[in-house]
Amino acid sequence: MTRVLPPGTSELSAPDPLVVPPATRTPGRIGRLPLRREGPAKLTGLARYADDLVFPGAWYGATIRSTEPHATLLAIDLNEAFDWSRVVVVTAADIPGDNVVSLMRDDQPILVPVGGEIRHQAEALCLLAAPDRETLRAAKRHLAVRTDRLSAVFDPLESTEEFSHLEVGRGDLEAGFAEAEVVIEGTYRVGHQEQLYIENQAMIAVPGPDGGVTVHGSCQCPYYIHRALKRSLQLTDHQAVVIQAETGGGFGGKEEYPSMIALHAALLARKLGRPVRMIYDRHEDLSATTKRHPAVVRHRTGVMRDGRLVAQEIDVVMDGGAYCTLTPVVLSRGVLHAGGPYSCPNVRIRGRAMATNTPPNGAFRGFGAPQTEFAAETQANRIADALGISPLELRRRWAYREGDTTPTGQVLRESVAALEVLEAAAKATDFSRHAEQTRRAREARQSGARLASGIGLAMGWHGAGFTGSGEVHIAGTASVELTDEGIVRVLTAQTEMGQGTKTIFPQLVAEELGLEPDQVEVAPQDTSVVPDSGPTVASRTAMVVGGLIIKAARRLRAQVQAVTDHPFADSYQVFARDHGGLRVDEQFEPYPNVEFDDATYTGDAYPAFGWACAVARVDVDLDTGEVTVRDVVSADDAGRIIHPVLAEGQVEGGTLQAVGYATIEEIKLVDGRYLNDRLATYLIPTSLDAPRIEAILVEKPFSGAPHGAKGIGELPMDVGAPAVVAAIHDATGVWIHDLPATPERILAAMTGAPAPGAPGVSEPAPERGAA
Amino acid sequence: MSYRFFVNGDAVEVDVPGMRRLLDVLREDLALTGTKEGCGEGECGACSVLLDGAVVDACLVPICQVDGTSVRTVEGLGSAEQLNDLQAAFLETGGAQCGICTPGMLMAAEAFLATSAASSEESIRDAIAGNLCRCTGYTKIVEAIARTAAQRQAADPRPA
Repeated sequence: MTRVLPPGTSELSAPDPLVVPPATRTPGRIGRLPLRREGPAKLTGLARYADDLVFPGAWYGATIRSTEPHATLLAIDLNEAFDWSRVVVVTAADIPGDNVVSLMRDDQPILVPVGGEIRHQAEALCLLAAPDRETLRAAKRHLAVRTDRLSAVFDPLESTEEFSHLEVGRGDLEAGFAEAEVVIEGTYRVGHQEQLYIENQAMIAVPGPDGGVTVHGSCQCPYYIHRALKRSLQLTDHQAVVIQAETGGGFGGKEEYPSMIALHAALLARKLGRPVRMIYDRHEDLSATTKRHPAVVRHRTGVMRDGRLVAQEIDVVMDGGAYCTLTPVVLSRGVLHAGGPYSCPNVRIRGRAMATNTPPNGAFRGFGAPQTEFAAETQANRIADALGISPLELRRRWAYREGDTTPTGQVLRESVAALEVLEAAAKATDFSRHAEQTRRAREARQSGARLASGIGLAMGWHGAGFTGSGEVHIAGTASVELTDEGIVRVLTAQTEMGQGTKTIFPQLVAEELGLEPDQVEVAPQDTSVVPDSGPTVASRTAMVVGGLIIKAARRLRAQVQAVTDHPFADSYQVFARDHGGLRVDEQFEPYPNVEFDDATYTGDAYPAFGWACAVARVDVDLDTGEVTVRDVVSADDAGRIIHPVLAEGQVEGGTLQAVGYATIEEIKLVDGRYLNDRLATYLIPTSLDAPRIEAILVEKPFSGAPHGAKGIGELPMDVGAPAVVAAIHDATGVWIHDLPATPERILAAMTGAPAPGAPGVSEPAPERGAA
Repeated sequence: MSYRFFVNGDAVEVDVPGMRRLLDVLREDLALTGTKEGCGEGECGACSVLLDGAVVDACLVPICQVDGTSVRTVEGLGSAEQLNDLQAAFLETGGAQCGICTPGMLMAAEAFLATSAASSEESIRDAIAGNLCRCTGYTKIVEAIARTAAQRQAADPRPA
């Protein structure tokens, strides 16, 4: 029988005399890196992703969606000529509980009810399930939706419906601008970006005999889904079970949308009484699931001629799409990072997130910061250009040092590595020498030259863990258990989606307990097994939950050793045999001296920041505007590095996503519908498009976490795009203000030709025919 | 209609419509789910398999074209207990993260390693250009393939 030690308790019994076997540990374990835990399964095809799971008798599910951006749903008509006896249809009327996808605000329905408002092109209206795909396709053809179209809003600057707004600032902005010798303004726009995990979204719901439902699928946050199922299907904690299948990438895209698919699959499965597979194909995934928020960022910056930064006024507008999802938090992170990693005495940053009739935008690696940091860095590079100061030197003067104060009044007491990452990237690339070479080449260039090379630099910061009081509100619990069978295992809800959770958690626990990593098991991400340690988002897994399991392991070690009076590694199996299992639960407690006031938005916005600097080199074809990104060096500080191979993998992958954001990834919209909604038309970098990427890991530990780690997943995403745009400027002499920096935008900037439309804003509906 | 071919050396026979995708035959009829579907239109390469040694997208190949051929999938490489050299190199370098592109990536790499003596970075990048990976930035995948190429070259240094 396993006993449970709740958070904060210690149960110190008198040491029992135990027979302890001689030490069997092999020496020299510290310092060896474990290989990816689930790697062999992934490398042999044994790993089971959702679509690989077999449930005999399962039916196939499908979603009927809106084809208009804004309308009233009048009716859903089933053609009587079709045999509907082999099809299950679910509408809003079949939802037993609340018809909302439970998240921040109760605005997004699971299915639009008849008479209700359709707010975007991909909105779910009803669901079908059939025993085979052919019947399902035929049923879809025999179903018609009647609507009454309403006027639609596509530009966040024209929208009057606000999801959230906030303002942060310090100092005296007017005095700052009065003092400034030079004032530089700039407006920057970025569009949607698709996460493009290679595994499409997928959920399979299995109805249970108790009226409950078990959902297996691809997701980042099993407990988000658990909460959504309980609320809308009126289930108890035990009736709703969510089990993560192997997950083929997330990048934020599987933070909130899986709740929607799980609800859809579960509604069908419960009505049908059989398992239902809801597996999106790429087209549906691209059409309907969340994207990175488009944003418009305006900067007005006051500087002295010697480069001193004296005033920053920044205005951020984000496009939330049709429903709130996580938008207020995305906006908040965007605003908090909008000034860049720079000390400025007089700052005001305002942000607002607006509703449009486009599919809802949501979480994507970086979570609002890549948008605002692209703007901040391009603005900084333009200022350096205008003042005739090298971008490297400007940042040496501006970058945060320990003791500096951020716009929320947060004093950066420790773990500030802005200068370290800057110098590391500059040194590794020999930035100054290359910049001098490209400058000379540009000045000596003959008209008619075809190819130009450029080098660019950008830096950034990324708050680790949830914003503000987020971690305190979540109050996640993680456990380390010694089972009755004498097995040590880690219990958390943190999902593995490629980043390495299942590898670093055993590594951290093994280090505390004196075991080999492979002697520590990881419990499945199954809500009936593991506690709610919070979502797998916000670069919080290694820092926050990693810290919890270290503390739990220490308590487990102390408990066992108090009884056995021998080192844990030598005595835990005997302890389990003689005393049964023991589970230690560890709940999040605020980091020391970290305080944030949600009401005034002041204080410590994050317990610690990661710091990054990227240097990119590009070639630009001056005739076509085509950019080739040749190489990118990214120096990233994420505190103490737990596993260098996995950490480098995060930096390399995040950097390429940023390069894609900078150069080719763009979604065009017409009438609020994504136009390039297939992989043939939404392009991400291939191995030939990808630059050679070098990751430099800088370690500036955070004392609040027992292992000194900070987050790393999102950090590299913040700096790659502005570095590429700076390199394009270095090659061509033109600044690109809108992402992506496509050949069309570059040529327009070089020749003065009309620029393409603003990224992220839909074209209106094409004129309708006379019919 | 009945089609006979080899999968990973085993003779198989399936009785399915001729236009059924090789991908569905592998995954659903033969329960070989190691081959993944990422886009269904030949853009991502997650379903890459070898057809008589040539890398193809199994989502674009109708089963009628497979009759009489030899198909190799990820299940035909090493086992989890005994990875082959390429799989081991992916594991050690960090070439697999989420793993969904990995089976297809391995097959594209195997085709490259089997036919090419040159293992320059450029030739490796060219060989896997039809296989999208969103996690790694390709850096460690290229490293894993280069390492395997060097090992195989050292073990069998025949000029091609």
